[in-house]
Amino acid sequence: MSTVQATATRTKVLQRQGAAVALILMVAVSWLVFPRFGSLDNLRDLALQGSFLAVIALGMTFVIITGGIDLSVGSLYALGGVLAAWGSQYGFLVALTLPLLVCGAIGFVNGLLIARTNMAPFIVTLASLLFARGLLLAITDEGANTYQIAPDSAFVELGRGTVFGFGYPIFIAAALAVLGGLILNRTTFGQNVFATGGAEQSAVLLGVPVAKTKIGVYTMSGTLAGLAGALTAAYLQSGVTVIGVGTELDAIAVVVIGGTLLSGGMGTVLGTVIGVGLIKVIQNVINQIGTLDSNYQSVVSGVFLLIVVVLQRILRR
Amino acid sequence: MTLTATRTATRTRWLQDNGVYVAVVALVLFNVAFTANFLTVGNFRTQLVQAAPVLIVALGMALVIGTEGVDLSVGAVMALAAAIIPLYLGAGPLVAIMMALTVGLAAGAFNGFLVAKVGIQPIVATLALLVGGRGLALVIADGRLVQLHDPAFLALGTDDVLGIPISVVIAGLLALTVAALTNRTTFGRQLVAVGGNRKAATLAGLPVNRVLIGVYTICGVLAAISGVLATSRLAASDPADMGLLMELSAITAVVVGGTPLTGGKVRVLGTVMGVVLMQLVRATLIKHNLPDSIAQMIQAAIIVAAVYVARERR
Amino acid sequence: MPTEPVIEVAGVTKTFAGVKALDDVDFTLNRGEIHALVGENGAGKSTLIKVLTGIHSPDGGRIARNGRISTIYQEVNLVPLMSVAANLFLGREPRNRLGLIDRTRRDAEAKELLQGYGITADVSSPLGTLAVGEQQMVALARAVEADADVVIMDEPTSSLEPREVETLLDVVRKLHEQGIAIIYVSHRMDELYRICDTVTVLRDGVSVHSGPLKELPRIELVSLMLGRSVNEIQKHGTTAFGEDHHADTLPVLEALDLTSKPRINNIDVSIRPGEVVGLAGLLGSGRTETAKAIIGALPLDHGTVLVAGKPVPHNVKAATRAGISMLAEDRKTEGIIPNLSVRENIVLAALPKLSRFGITSRSKQDRIVDAFIKRLRIKVSSPEQKVAELSGGNQQKVLLARWLCTEPKILLLDEPTRGIDVGAKAEVQALIDELAKEGLAVLLISSELDELLDGADRLIVLRDGEVAGELEGAQLTREHVLNAIAAEVMDDADGNQNSH
Repeated sequence: MSTVQATATRTKVLQRQGAAVALILMVAVSWLVFPRFGSLDNLRDLALQGSFLAVIALGMTFVIITGGIDLSVGSLYALGGVLAAWGSQYGFLVALTLPLLVCGAIGFVNGLLIARTNMAPFIVTLASLLFARGLLLAITDEGANTYQIAPDSAFVELGRGTVFGFGYPIFIAAALAVLGGLILNRTTFGQNVFATGGAEQSAVLLGVPVAKTKIGVYTMSGTLAGLAGALTAAYLQSGVTVIGVGTELDAIAVVVIGGTLLSGGMGTVLGTVIGVGLIKVIQNVINQIGTLDSNYQSVVSGVFLLIVVVLQRILRR
Repeated sequence: MTLTATRTATRTRWLQDNGVYVAVVALVLFNVAFTANFLTVGNFRTQLVQAAPVLIVALGMALVIGTEGVDLSVGAVMALAAAIIPLYLGAGPLVAIMMALTVGLAAGAFNGFLVAKVGIQPIVATLALLVGGRGLALVIADGRLVQLHDPAFLALGTDDVLGIPISVVIAGLLALTVAALTNRTTFGRQLVAVGGNRKAATLAGLPVNRVLIGVYTICGVLAAISGVLATSRLAASDPADMGLLMELSAITAVVVGGTPLTGGKVRVLGTVMGVVLMQLVRATLIKHNLPDSIAQMIQAAIIVAAVYVARERR
Repeated sequence: MPTEPVIEVAGVTKTFAGVKALDDVDFTLNRGEIHALVGENGAGKSTLIKVLTGIHSPDGGRIARNGRISTIYQEVNLVPLMSVAANLFLGREPRNRLGLIDRTRRDAEAKELLQGYGITADVSSPLGTLAVGEQQMVALARAVEADADVVIMDEPTSSLEPREVETLLDVVRKLHEQGIAIIYVSHRMDELYRICDTVTVLRDGVSVHSGPLKELPRIELVSLMLGRSVNEIQKHGTTAFGEDHHADTLPVLEALDLTSKPRINNIDVSIRPGEVVGLAGLLGSGRTETAKAIIGALPLDHGTVLVAGKPVPHNVKAATRAGISMLAEDRKTEGIIPNLSVRENIVLAALPKLSRFGITSRSKQDRIVDAFIKRLRIKVSSPEQKVAELSGGNQQKVLLARWLCTEPKILLLDEPTRGIDVGAKAEVQALIDELAKEGLAVLLISSELDELLDGADRLIVLRDGEVAGELEGAQLTREHVLNAIAAEVMDDADGNQNSH
């Protein structure tokens, strides 16, 4: 028993460090091989692209640490973007808060159903994936209507504004990641998240409010997906209806690649950020190669994912 | 337990077991009464042809779910099958189909290996193929949609047998086969036992690993068959869109059909009815000019309701 | 000694699905007392603990609690992937000025606190990296630091090394000195006698004895746990077993040198056709593990199993094929497949034999299932009834039928009559007798001494995973068995026996 768990540390080190080492190697090699990779423009673009996914994956990290899964984030991401674009006609505040509230509410319902009725997270969030997509279609005239955001509005600035050329979303994602790390490691809620996923039965006996914790993480995941959507809409200056299909899988993949255990109880925000970096660098490099089509990206992601889960399993033996 | 509690429990169980049939009958009656041109041969043809690929995938999914597993990779496997077809169509449709099915078999066996031998949770094990599989299919197809012109292959999607579309006939035969497999073979009973109580099944000396690998392999092959039929009907190999979100449709149909996600039970007729129900819901909404948006939200509600009712099994 | 009660329970009854887990139980715990709670598996200890802590509410009776209760369980109920310090302070972490968890202070406090419990491990490493004994100690520290007035310990030493046991007992004594009342659940005689003041013995949900421990001889205590008292040893008509069987043939099963540390060590078992060999011993003595080792479900350090002189590979499939079948102790988790019908549960293991080319034959199944339902007198509305709907006794018969279908040569029965009503019990016992007469070799595990004495031709007594004695013929008396089980009395006098 104890030897099984004794490998937990080894697993943790190897996974987190593994992803970090892979990222550093990828960056170093790309820098040397592709002259354009190291250019400031490319790095800015890379970071910006990664920031949207990072915001979604942050919420997913919390959900997965509780031993759950949230399939609805891709749809909520798209829904958030559409809501933001629609809301932008009523000003900055509506454009920002509307997606957070609606997506947060859907996440809350996810959590409520999962925690209070014991339905599987997988199926509950699958249903809300469909629901959110349906809602999106309903408010966009079945997808025919793409809401535009006035180019001179303050909301667009949120997505397109820059500091030293680095877009605001990068700083927002970074701030949220730091905040997420603090919540996870330095608050009671964070400890409850670990306890819920690590040993639910024990957590109940230890007095952890398991149901509240679950509701909390799903609400958070929904809200963050909505925020990522809003930021994307601000950046694109419109509420694109077709984005976000399969984004939940990307988010799950980067979380797992970052060393968070899919079975719950262990994980880090930093790992997730590294996972996002790794995936985005791979994508960037494949684009740089030019002759390779972008479909290799998902193949490589799949292979990475496979290696990580097999390693997780083998190291825990 | 008080008498009323017992009565409620009995009623709940009845609803769990028969809810899907009641819903299908109700929906059919509604359509007969209120939908124009519902009771026409043409309409039935359309509905069945649309439902056939989903049903074939759902059959495999039902078996996997019966073992307390899940296979997220079915849509990706369909895409792989679609991508394989044009590569070998030059050697004849039979060769192309066999190659596509072989790929499905290999993908399924790989999933089964990860679940049974490596011991990875099914949802994670099949996620890797879901993420990578479609990309691989697109790489194989060079990211392009390929129009197909082999008349024999296309006949699969257009021709009839005794007035019934071939794909529907195949789906029907497969449903019968899977029903027989589940209820009348050693393998089928062992499968249900493994899903119902894996520990007891192991102690009873059942070949648990072999059963698991077998189940995922069957699921992979069925997904490939579905991919082949859908490709033929489309008259094009389209790995980008083929089977997209199919895993969700299939799981929905299985769960709505009364097969519990907790394993230990496979309801083949229920799964068929689950597919029919979801197809009817969509068709009804479209015929009454309700938009896709409402359709999706209603589907979501149906899933939650079905799982909510089923959850009291435990 | 102060006699102010912190917990007082009177006439508590708790029923699960028609089975009385607790029947009119009285229990009093006084302040500062170490109270031993003993009884065999299923005697009602866990239920009583859950009633005391409020996890279960009793169907009848009265409970008065006068203080905070903390429980530490046999299986460490902490979170293995979280750090030692995080586990220790979960829910009451020290904060810094910003309201965030002060990890430096938490770790420092945890380190200091745990030193008092003899733990010097790195408190920032995951709890799961500690030895089980250390984890148990962390759980104990957590329970004590929660300012409990009562600490309940459920088999705290069952997975500890001797050295760790000593540390734990020291801590228990320290708590005792602080005036904390302790309920100590254990089956280890020497520990009980070393630290406990009083004892309550549960058997079949009834409190059969309560009083000072020191005045109660060990053999008397064991006897109270296992069944009737020592002075009514005659054993007529209490169980449904028939005459003993005499077998002069060669053994059909020989298990040699079975070792799987730390659970079992060098155990030899041999059974002849038609013979019923009983495995006696207290809970945790290695009875179930021995049976699992024989059927290949327990990884072995070494040891061989021979059937009719031929070695059997160490896995369940091979063992089943060689003719060994095992009726597992835990019907729910290791026996029945709840969603399947009675018929399907019965034919499960024999399916390949009842099929042709993988296609099952319903007529063959019906024939054999009908035969077994009649023969084992299984009460079902129809063979298609779901097995989960049957009573415990009938479920047990279904499982017995499952194994008999495979026409085994050797039957391992782990607590075959546990948790089933008296009538069904007698029927199962009579069946075992009948099967042995037909030439089956039977290994019978039971916590009930009477069942073993009446049912077995020969008894192997286990203690701490080793064979403590083998009894046959005239030796098959209650006193001999109890002596073998409670032998620690004499060993302690010799000073050479340590439990491990």
